[in-house]
Amino acid sequence: MMLCSMALADSNLPPAYWSNRQLPDPKQEAQAQALMEQLRCLVCQGQSIADSDAELAGDMRDLVRRRIAAGEKPSAIRAWLVQRYGTWISYKPTAEPAAWPLWLAPLALLLVGAWLIRRRIRLKAR
Amino acid sequence: MSRAVRFAPLALLLLVIVALVWRLATPADTDVHSTLEGKRVPAFALAAGLPSKPAFSSGDLATGRPHLVNVFASWCVPCVTEVKVLQTLKDSGVAVDGIAIRDSAPELADFLLRNGDPYERIGSDPRSQVQIALGSSGVPESFVVDGKGVIRYQHIGPIEQGDVPMILSKLEKAR
Repeated sequence: MMLCSMALADSNLPPAYWSNRQLPDPKQEAQAQALMEQLRCLVCQGQSIADSDAELAGDMRDLVRRRIAAGEKPSAIRAWLVQRYGTWISYKPTAEPAAWPLWLAPLALLLVGAWLIRRRIRLKAR
Repeated sequence: MSRAVRFAPLALLLLVIVALVWRLATPADTDVHSTLEGKRVPAFALAAGLPSKPAFSSGDLATGRPHLVNVFASWCVPCVTEVKVLQTLKDSGVAVDGIAIRDSAPELADFLLRNGDPYERIGSDPRSQVQIALGSSGVPESFVVDGKGVIRYQHIGPIEQGDVPMILSKLEKAR
């Protein structure tokens, strides 16, 4: 976090209005918070925009809160960002072919485990 | 235990080492590329960054000739050297427009006075909203936009002297 803000020069403008300020409606703020935790910071890659101190992350929080306050759905805001930065921007796993191994790995591991246990039982029974 | 099974962990270890050495030798690309290449510039309308210069909106791009849209800032260190390269591009007839990120008019004026001013128009983007709409993730970045307003190329990082022929050919192709 510190490293990021030091490595890149920062502007002299104060943070955007809604970057570090909660929305007055707690329900909307909860929606915004949940979305911000699932969006990747473009500067400190690996952090979410909710965590990051980078100025661009602040501006993205401002964007998310403004759009939520205007009544936009979180899924629509996420889709709008994915349209620009690719699925990379979202931490939420998708059902795209590239992510299939991710979904299938637990199943495959379970099957391997079951096979190993079966073999053990058979060997013991002998 | 068969021989193959006994050597499996060792083989696995070697595989992991090979993978690690490969990734260390050829690090992954950490640039975030805009997925808007080949698509129309999203609609935007920015106020003028300087009172002495025209404002900048997406309508100024679909004018029949290609534009180079430079995302920059007065507080951005690499932009200082880049702006001189942009001047040479302008001198060879390129239309250069600027989007100033999180900037103020006095600081912008000072920056242009010190380093030269190749910009036809400068839009002020104080909350990085247009930057995000373009799929840009930092300063400086540049977009080659064709005469119909379609993004043809995104350049991440400063345009250096050596990049000039490449940028010119991208602009030529966007004609």
